[in-house]
Amino acid sequence: MAIEKFPVEASHIMMFARSVADDNPIYYDEEYAATTEPGRVIAPPTFAQSSAQFDPDYFLRPKVGKPWFGSGKEATGIKREGSGGGGGGGLHAEQHFEYHRHIGPGDVLTATVKPGKTWERESKRAGKLTFSETITEYRDQNGELAITARGVGVQTERPVEQ
Amino acid sequence: MALKASELNVGDTYSECLVEDLKRTQLVQYAGASGDYNPLHTDEPFTKEIAGYPTVFAHGMLTMGMTGRMLTNYVGDGRLKTYGVRFTNQVWPGDTLNSTATVEDIGEEDGEPVVNLKVETTNQDGMVVVRGYASALVDS
Repeated sequence: MAIEKFPVEASHIMMFARSVADDNPIYYDEEYAATTEPGRVIAPPTFAQSSAQFDPDYFLRPKVGKPWFGSGKEATGIKREGSGGGGGGGLHAEQHFEYHRHIGPGDVLTATVKPGKTWERESKRAGKLTFSETITEYRDQNGELAITARGVGVQTERPVEQ
Repeated sequence: MALKASELNVGDTYSECLVEDLKRTQLVQYAGASGDYNPLHTDEPFTKEIAGYPTVFAHGMLTMGMTGRMLTNYVGDGRLKTYGVRFTNQVWPGDTLNSTATVEDIGEEDGEPVVNLKVETTNQDGMVVVRGYASALVDS
């Protein structure tokens, strides 16, 4: 999996900041941003995750002409094979970011994704847990490393008991 | 405004309320902005009948994103070097979340002063939903 072109855009940053209820003007007001230390609009710390928008194969986005597993007339559009408890391919267990520099509008990133470790654990609340790690490197238009992200997903044997 | 190493002490804390009575609409908003349309976060029939959860629940990354706001408000814009979390409990519509950063140590990295923080976000029942760390450049 790879993302060949992730253009970092001002309106996307603004919408993302709104969605995490962050009204810091550095995320939408160019004039204000010019007076700050970074000197320009930058993206919030977890913005790189929205690179999913630019991943052609991202499986958690409905695609034209393809069946979607969310509800319509029925509670699910398609039966997913071996999806385990939790549906939708599991849950997010961990996320880590290392910032080599802060990105902003005008940056055009590429991302390469490498699988990391996998491991298992028993849990009282959800049965067998299968963890898998991915490491994503975001590079800028000059080929410089901007952000390294490490995500851990977990498939649960059954829904997590509340 | 950046933090100053000379004014920081181990054990210093900074807290913010991230959200009161989290609304389902915010989950829709986050799905649209992030591109993560997993029905677990916005699709009630799917989440109840297929996934087996009582209702939709927040993207872990929404909680991490809101927790990130607390961090950048504390350390300043463009100052974070690392930020990582574990999602320890799900976050549900109606939840009220509070987040705290605690100074663990003040050191140096590549000749620059850096603060290491412990990060914790809890819900209205005192249950930890996100536990992690961050490090940020500070002024000397």
